[in-house]
This record gives sequence, structure tokens and C-alpha cells, in this order.
Amino acid sequence: MTIHQPEPPAPEMTGPSLPNNRSMDRHEGRKPISSSLAPIKADRWGYDQARHLLWRAGFGGSPEQVRTVASWGPQKAVEYIVDYDDVRAEKIEADAFNKDIMRPASEAERAEAARARRAGDEDAVARLRAMRQEAERVDRGQMRDMQKWWLKRMIETPRPLEEKMTLFWHGHFATSYRTIEDSYHMFAQNRLFRRNAVGNFGKLLYEIIRDPAMIAYLDNNDSRKGRPNENLARELMELFSLGVGNYSEQDIKEGARALTGYSFYDDEFTFQKNNHDTGEKKILGRNGTLDGDDFVSAILRKPACARHIAGKLYRLFVADVPTGRPEIDKPAESVIRQLASTLVANRYEVRPVLRKLFLSDHFYEQPILREQVKSPAEVVVGAVRSLLTPTRDLGVLTDAMNLMGQNIFYPPSVKGWDGGRTWINTATLFIRQNILCFLLTGKTPKGFDALARTETYDAAAFISGLEPSGETGGRAADSPFARSNPTDQELSVVVEQMLRFTLGASSPGNHEILMRHFRAAGNRVDQESVVSALLLVTAMPEYQLC
Amino acid sequence: MDPFNFAGNPPEAFTRRAFIGRGLVLASAAATVPQFISRSALGMTAPLGLSSIPGVPEDHVLVVVQLAGGNDGLNTVVPFGESAYYKARPTIGIPAARVLKLGKNQQVGLHPQLDGLKELYDQGMLSVMLGVGYPNPNRSHFKSMDIWHTADTSGTGTGWLGRYFDNDCCGTPLDAAAKPNPLGGIAIGREAPLAMKGGKYQPIGFESAELFQWLGKGVDKDLATPYDEITRRGVAADTDPNTTAGFLMRTALDAQVSSDQIRKAVSQRSLVNYPGNELARQLAMVSSMIRAGLPTRVYYVTLGGFDTHAGQGGENGRHAQLMQQFGGSLAAFYKDLKAHGNDTRVLTMSFSEFGRRVGQNASGGTDHGTAAPMFLAGPMVRGGVFGNQPSLTDLDSGDLKFNTDFRSVYAGVLKDWMSADADKVLEGSFRAVKLIEKA
Repeated sequence: MTIHQPEPPAPEMTGPSLPNNRSMDRHEGRKPISSSLAPIKADRWGYDQARHLLWRAGFGGSPEQVRTVASWGPQKAVEYIVDYDDVRAEKIEADAFNKDIMRPASEAERAEAARARRAGDEDAVARLRAMRQEAERVDRGQMRDMQKWWLKRMIETPRPLEEKMTLFWHGHFATSYRTIEDSYHMFAQNRLFRRNAVGNFGKLLYEIIRDPAMIAYLDNNDSRKGRPNENLARELMELFSLGVGNYSEQDIKEGARALTGYSFYDDEFTFQKNNHDTGEKKILGRNGTLDGDDFVSAILRKPACARHIAGKLYRLFVADVPTGRPEIDKPAESVIRQLASTLVANRYEVRPVLRKLFLSDHFYEQPILREQVKSPAEVVVGAVRSLLTPTRDLGVLTDAMNLMGQNIFYPPSVKGWDGGRTWINTATLFIRQNILCFLLTGKTPKGFDALARTETYDAAAFISGLEPSGETGGRAADSPFARSNPTDQELSVVVEQMLRFTLGASSPGNHEILMRHFRAAGNRVDQESVVSALLLVTAMPEYQLC
Repeated sequence: MDPFNFAGNPPEAFTRRAFIGRGLVLASAAATVPQFISRSALGMTAPLGLSSIPGVPEDHVLVVVQLAGGNDGLNTVVPFGESAYYKARPTIGIPAARVLKLGKNQQVGLHPQLDGLKELYDQGMLSVMLGVGYPNPNRSHFKSMDIWHTADTSGTGTGWLGRYFDNDCCGTPLDAAAKPNPLGGIAIGREAPLAMKGGKYQPIGFESAELFQWLGKGVDKDLATPYDEITRRGVAADTDPNTTAGFLMRTALDAQVSSDQIRKAVSQRSLVNYPGNELARQLAMVSSMIRAGLPTRVYYVTLGGFDTHAGQGGENGRHAQLMQQFGGSLAAFYKDLKAHGNDTRVLTMSFSEFGRRVGQNASGGTDHGTAAPMFLAGPMVRGGVFGNQPSLTDLDSGDLKFNTDFRSVYAGVLKDWMSADADKVLEGSFRAVKLIEKA
């Protein structure tokens, strides 16, 4: 089915507002950071910037990847990550999963059910109920397979930004399997987000009001002329586009009327003409016999829409504002305004906004670095991608993400995940440390994973990847790995490289802890001592940051 | 005098304000945790010198038991005196003769497998509150659970117990620098319940105590010392405490200290035998933690399996087993508490997200309904049956009409047991039901 959608309209917004550096708060005594989106100078670019970009725009890079991206310079690095269509990736086929597990009942089945109920045929009613329950059980199994499939994809993709943005849209247009109970609808929605990951936000908004999972989640299939359901209309403005305070209760009521009849059958969107309210409406200042597309167009014309989306992208990639730290919060306001203008100037194309952001001076300012809490996905996927651990068991990893508060395909509410510091509490901190322990060693609460012996962590590859001399990825002859008696100075270099790579920076305290660790291991940098050192590093509170 | 030496100062440790501000260290860590940790923990919490409010009980504990899935209220507290009950439930109704009677003139009685609760009732330790619900009942498990957890009929916002902690337990907001004690609320389960999540307060949640620790020590025992050094340092000297790194370092310290205390507490053997079920296992842990003197005010446990759409049984069967587990666990819990002298400190409240429909369905089960009874247990409760049993004939499309808003029960617990400002915590004014008398 092809959906005819209008082009996103040109917003009424005027040109970009200029950053106002003068109003910045200096009373803290901290130098406010640059709010400039001008490209970062090549001479400011290096290892730490490459590492930062790989974490924020993706899920972290391996030691070798960080060095490679550092050597590219900012322009090539950002292009490679943002213009990922040139990077070959595995295609996702529509038939990757069974779409018929929760198919609607056929006419014959419905007739049989009606007959059984009429006749009081309890055996038949019970049989039909059992069939339904069996389908639900199988479907829950498929949902679990999809969770693992997506997690694997995040781990293996050569286009990390694509998966990161797909996850972002999943949290933004949050829809939970818990309510809709049709795994294929979740899969279809996931493909929709991936298709438009860095594409056009306007297009995504037109498509989301036609998405079966979303329609089911927000009850729009029950919304018809005369008794509209306001759920979708409300969230469409409050959470998906404009943000609270940028529309009225009347806009919700009228918007809900515009969305009446937007329903689905099986896996396809259907427009139920008879249920649609064709009357006059007034939404966000526009009059007419408005339908769902007109409603979306009215939203996209509002400057608040671009601001809201720019703000969410900023929180995803840059800083979880408001942070309570004026040296970040003030410039952030200006940057978000500039990003919103860029979004508008590009008629809601997301890619140019991200390109500009990732290239900007602002993005690489010191207080921005290592200040973001890793999401559970970043913890798990990032461990495999950056430390090069075995994946071990996708089921265990999925469960751990759930315990850390991010059960993919099951966001806690239509608001999605709050993120930032809310990921962290005393319980989730242990899970975060322990899942790293599992990935590095196979350790489980009850012992070791069955494959822990055969799937060992390649500590040698990790260490040699850290060395500038190991540019080729091979094991340099002068590697301190397994060499007897490296000097204290050599040891110190290894520790410094390890901390700079894993934590983004070394502190005297952390450095000392690792030095003592290696000395206690007889000054050896070998399989055992490196794995143990990584267990300590990943238990450091700073490891939760990226 | 060394201001960090609390050895001779235990009463101070249990004042509420001290508990919130720095009680983690004062109340229990001081005895078990080396001095340097006390210092670093103190450095990050409220200033010393806060005093207690006279006459306010400081050591009261609330245990919340969540019966998840929608417990069938009509087969829990059975209106055996009404023929409409037997008419609506021809195969799953509990025969009047088998119902555990609650007194001569009482037209309701307990499920025959609730002998544990009957025992508490006979000792005046059980309040039965009939017909509890809320307006415009929602029949979705998740939504209705959220409504009970948030104490808001839209089911959105923070949890009611979380707000209790946010509000310093008595209605005064926390100072910006003050931080609720992480051990204030402990939930046993995979996830911390919404009810305990505040704007500021985050409860501790763990499924079993073995998981509430770092596994790296099990790989290499030599890592224990450096690990402790990493997590117990608190906010490192070279770290700005306002940064996220500072926040993480504080949390790591909290986690480590809580982990030590909790695992030590639950490693004790219970003083009585508990039945072998999941709720009993959780309550035994709670009892051990109370016995160990953790400064925890609220514990949260859960028993699942109440979504009995099919084959729920009557006097025997699936629902009956759940009743046995529930009543038996609670009775053992109070025996245990009494054995270590803490029973008078502990109030237990049970609830479920909804009751079930009056009529049984074609599968010998019941579908999602509305109002149901709540139980409050403990030596401090007014023993007896309270509220009004909803009519079985005057229904709202097949469902019971509630008589008491659940937030009135919360209000009574907050006011009469937790000495909290109920209006503030519940973000609204509810007539407090008087179910506690011996506070």
C-alpha cells in the first residue's frame, strides 16, 4: 500500500535567532562554553573527540576504531557516521518474522465463535479461548526473539547512528507490546523508525498516525465520529511534536475529531470513511473540514514543533538539560534554538541537523564530554563494541537491560524513558557492573555461563589495539602484553591508555588503583591481569558516563 | 568530642530527621562500617543538629503486600449471607458452612484457606476494610495498578510512598542539599514499584540479596579490596560534586553500604518456620531486615498469580492455594516479628489493583472487576470488619460499586501510623479511615 502524504509544509518560522552570548551567566566563575555551531577546527580534533563522537553518535568504538576516526579529521569522521547510506548493512526483510500469529479471526472462525456462544457450547468456547491463549503465548515468544534480534543488530551494525536513532524514535513515539500484544506490529513500527531514522520528521509524523501499533496503543481504532477518543490527538501534540503548553484543550478535542476513522485491519492502516468526522474543525488556528493530515500539517507549521524536537535531539546527543549547571544550560538554550532553525530551514530533515551538531565546536566543549549517563543499551552494546567482549547470551543481555530499566519494545509509558540520571539507582548500578562482569568473564550469580571457558575475552587484542604503534590492528612486537617485567613507566603508559580509552580520562586516584593492581599481579600485563583490571575499571562510577 | 563518633548515641539515630538526613550512617552503618565511610557519607548529606519532633513515633514500619493480577475480593471475604452471591457463582462460590466466620452478626467471612488471617483476626490484629475502590474504575491491570501506586485516578505522576519520602516523611520538603536515605524504602522484586518512586527518592529494589552485590569478587577475590576502595571513596577529591560523575560516586557509595547491610541482615536465620512460597520468602527477608535494625520505614513485597480468568476453583483450587500462601505467610511473619520483639512496630497493608466481576465466567473463572476488600494487620490495628460490603444486586454493569476510596485508607495509614502530612503526600484531601488505634 502506498500512502499519499503531503510534503511537509514550509513552517511560518523566520530565520534563525542569533546566539546571545552576552546574556550568559558568569557568576559561577566558570567560563561559559561555546554555543557556536561553527565547525570544529581540525587542530582541535584528536583521540578524545573521536572517542566522544563514537559514543554519542553510536555505541562507542573499539580501540582501533577510535584511532582510525581520530586520524580522519572531523569532516570525514562525521560524514562517515551521518551519511551512512553508503555503508553497506544487512537488509531487513519484511518476512523476517511471522506476521500471522495474531492475525484477526477469519469469517468462519468468527461465525463458529458466535454459534458456540449462542448455543452455550462451553466446550467450543473453551477450545477457542485455548487457541487464542496459545497464539498469545507464541507471540510473546516472537516478541522475545525480536528483542534479541534488535539487540544483536545494535551490536553488529556498521551504521550505529541508524540504530541509535531507531531507538530514539522508539522512545519518542513510545509504544509498548504490553498493551498492543501483536509482535508483528512492533516489528513494522521498528522498520518505520529505521527507515526514517535520520530522515524527515514531518514524514514520520504523517506515518505515525497511520501506524497500527500506535493506533492500537493510543486507542484510535475506537475513535469514531460522535465519540472521538482523544488519546492520540493529545499525545501527538504533547509528547510527539509541540510539547506541553503549545496547544489548547480545544485543539485536542478538534484534533481528535480530525483523527476519527484512522484505524487498521490486520497489519494495514485503514481509513474508515464512515467513522470519520467530516465536519468543520478549528485546530491550532486553522479552519476547515480538517483530517489527520491537515492536523499534522498544522502542527508542523508551529515553531514549537521544531524547538521540541531539537530539544529532544540535544538531550539525546549532547546533554541532559537542564543539568542545573549554568555553564551548560545557558549555551544549550542557544544551541537548541539554532538546531530548531536548522531543522526548519531543511523542512524537517533530521540528517543536516545532526551533521551540523556533530561537527560543531559546542559538541566537543570540555563540560559536554563524559557527562552523559549511558543508557542500558549503551552499557550493553557499548561494552561489546568498545571492549570487544564476546556477546555470550542475548537473552541474558536483554534481561539485564530490563533490570537496568530499559526493556526494549516495552517502554514504561507513552512518555518513553526519562533517561539521564534516572537510569541510576543503587540497584541498577550493581546490574550495570555485573553485566560487564558477565560479558568479560561469563560470571553469573550462580557460577559461570556454560560457554565461559570456550568464549574467552581476548585481552591481548584489546591491549595491542590501544597502542598507537598497533595501527594495523596486529600485535606489535614491542607490546607490553605478556612481556616479562615491563618497567613501572611502561606499566604507567598502559594504565593511562586503558583509562583514557575506557573512561575518557584518567584521574590520579584511578591511575593509582590500577598501578597497584598490576604490581600485585607481578607487574605482568597478561590475560588474567588485564581482565581483572577491566573488571575494576568497569566498576568505577565514571564508567557509567559517556 | 569527636563529632563522628556515634557509638554512645543510639537514640539520636532513630529520630526521623536524622534518619532522612544522615540516618544511613547514624542508625546502622556506624556499627558495621569503618569510620572513613561514615565520614564520606556524612560529607554528602544534611548538616548535623536537626532535632526530632516531640511525640512523633520514629520507629514505625509499614509493609505493603501487593496481590498482583486482581484478587477476587468476593472469594476472599465472602458475603455468605447473600443468595445473590451463590446465584452469581454456582460452581466457584464458597459454601457458607466452610467460610471462616468473623463474629456472630457478621454476614461476611474469610475464605477457608485464610486460616492464617483468621488467627490474626482472633487476636485483634486484623482490620478488614470492605468495598475499597475508586471512581470510574479502570479494568486494565497496568492502568489500575498505576492508579493505586500513584494515588491518582489518572495513574500518572510519582508514587505515593515516593512522595512520602520526598516530603521528609512529615510534610516538610527536603532541603536542597539533603538527600533521602536510600535505605528508607526497600522493595523486593525485579523492579522497584512505581509506588515507591518519588521525584527525588528512589527506593532500593532487589530480587534476592545475593544479586545485590558486585560479582567481580567471585571471579578474583583479590579484587575485593580495590573494589571497596573505588566504591567507598564517595565523591573523589578531584571531582566536582555537581557533575554527573559526582552523582554516580555518591550512588556507588550508597549501593555499597546498603549492600553490606542488607546482605548481613538477611543472612540471619528466621526465628520461626515460614511456609514454602514466594511471599513467605520475601516476608522472612523483611523480618530479618527489621530485626537487624535497618532504618527502613517502608518495605514492599508482591505475590502474583491472581489473574484467575479460568479454573480459579472455590474452596479448593488455584485461588484457594493463593489464599493459603497469603494468610499463612502473614501469620508466620507476625510470629517471627513477635519472637524478636518488633511486632508492635510493624503495620502490614495488602491491596490488589482490582477485584473481579460478581458473576463467574464460562471458564470457571472471573474477569476483571472493581471494588474489593483491603487488609491491615498488626497489633496496632483496630481489629474487626469496617466499611460496607457493596451490594451484589445494585451493580454498575456487572461490577460492584465501591464504598471507600483507597486513598482514605492510605490517608489513615499516613496520618495515624507514619505521622505524615497525608494531604501533602496524597496531593489531595481524603477523609482518613481510622483503622489504627494503638500507635
